[in-house]
Amino acid sequence: MEHGTAGALGRGAAGRIECRSVRKTYRDAADGTEIVALDGLTLDIEAREFLTLLGPSGCGKSTLLNILAGFERPDSGKVLLNGVPIQRPGPDRGVVFQDYALFPWLNIQQNVEYGLREKGMNKAESSAIARRFLAMVGLSGFERRFPHELSGGMRQRVALVRVLAIDPEILLMDEPFAAVDAQTRIILQEELQRLWMQTLKTVVFVTHSVDEAIYLADRVTVMTARPGLVKAIVPIDLPRPRDSTSDAFNRYRRDIAQLIEVESRKVFAAAAA
Amino acid sequence: MSGQDAVPEPVVARPGKWRLALAHVHSKIGWERMGRRALVPLLLLAIWQYASTAGFFDPSFVPSPISVVTSWWQWIFGPRSELAWYSGTWLNYVYLSGWRVLVGFAIASAIGVTVGVLIGWFELARDMLDPIVQGLRPIPMTAWLPFATFIFGIREGAAVFLIAMGSFFPIAVSCTIGAEQTPKNLVRAALMLGTPPRKLLVRIVLPAALPYVFNGLRVGLGIAWVLVIVSEMLAVKGGIGYAMWTAYQFVRIDLIIAAMFTMGLLGLVSDRLLLLLSRRLLRWNTGLRAR
Repeated sequence: MEHGTAGALGRGAAGRIECRSVRKTYRDAADGTEIVALDGLTLDIEAREFLTLLGPSGCGKSTLLNILAGFERPDSGKVLLNGVPIQRPGPDRGVVFQDYALFPWLNIQQNVEYGLREKGMNKAESSAIARRFLAMVGLSGFERRFPHELSGGMRQRVALVRVLAIDPEILLMDEPFAAVDAQTRIILQEELQRLWMQTLKTVVFVTHSVDEAIYLADRVTVMTARPGLVKAIVPIDLPRPRDSTSDAFNRYRRDIAQLIEVESRKVFAAAAA
Repeated sequence: MSGQDAVPEPVVARPGKWRLALAHVHSKIGWERMGRRALVPLLLLAIWQYASTAGFFDPSFVPSPISVVTSWWQWIFGPRSELAWYSGTWLNYVYLSGWRVLVGFAIASAIGVTVGVLIGWFELARDMLDPIVQGLRPIPMTAWLPFATFIFGIREGAAVFLIAMGSFFPIAVSCTIGAEQTPKNLVRAALMLGTPPRKLLVRIVLPAALPYVFNGLRVGLGIAWVLVIVSEMLAVKGGIGYAMWTAYQFVRIDLIIAAMFTMGLLGLVSDRLLLLLSRRLLRWNTGLRAR
């Protein structure tokens, strides 16, 4: 396996996702009514694309991500990865969780080694790779710390390199930076963008933040209020790294915020009714 | 690296190792603290000594602390003799009681952790094992005693059975809760990183349940000490409980009290040992607690 050199981190495989008429419903735990999270969503995600999913709370963004990860199955419709239906979770799709989901009983080094060891890699090799990836996000010297000893931003870096280390085709990120402070968030966005440019994986990134979506994405997918559908797909045609104070960035911000606001108002109206 | 600004600082400011150790020792032997801790026990001892010697009670009924210590001393270090049944038997009795607790508790731990975690994790195990566990659990442990002696006779088996049975339940129940509370995202993370579903139990569920496992073990160990006394009073010969019951029949309240303190000591030491082990294995968890 090739690791370490910039631009050669990825395996260079496809990583193309197709969602066809994906429907997913839940039973509300409180009153037993049926909630339609996704109502026939259709979306194509290109290989090596950075796609952000943006939408009001409860629009089914996370549901879609869980289906792509294989954690949940759609009630109907098809979800294909490189033409093959997604059945279950697997190391070809790395997931970064909002709450990090690091194993608290393993130290940082062991957390990053975990997936490599599951692949059957020996101790020495996985240890070397884990060290290299931790160094890439500035965590050298923290290898023996436990997750609870680190700040939120540091934990999320560990969670990110834990999946990058196993070299997945797809990176699925569920509001990964929502729990960290604003300054750290900007740094993490920059780091993620840098790592993505090196590895060129397909990334599906769920966020609430319009700025974050525009800063990171090749295409911003705006979703409707529940039931979740694709309202608009906005390609972001700006050179990287992006300047969030530029006029062009501001135009995107205004347009997308407007789309979101309409949907957010629907949520409020529904709640009031 | 995107730049030096991204180099994170350690979140916890850590004083040097020796300084921590020194602070620890200081807090342990600080005279003021020691005095505060010893005050109430010493006061109670003084009241006891005064009450037993002032002539309010018959001294054979309420022995003084000094006579308890004297009898205890003879129990431990006295020569074996036909004249005093207890003299010099203490160490052997501690060994007998301790061994029974150890064997019973070991059996209970092995079965309790296995059954508990299985019930908490697999629906099949829950359906098949939980009814029997929940069905037997309400039977008070002392109610098992006649049954146990009937099956095993006045032998070691009766005591070990009772102890294993009694400490099994809190261990199993605690492990069940621990396994049930495995965070969903940790399971998902493991699956996503390539862990096969059949290995989740060992890789994720068991370590995640470890704080609950130790909690159950500590409760179980406490019950094991209760039951060793009960079974030694009624079902087996030898041991601290046996000594206690014999002392009762000889109206030797000084020895009864010495036996009580012995039990307290044994319970305390074994609990501390278990706590030490859990602190070692749960180092990752300590920072998550408020205290």
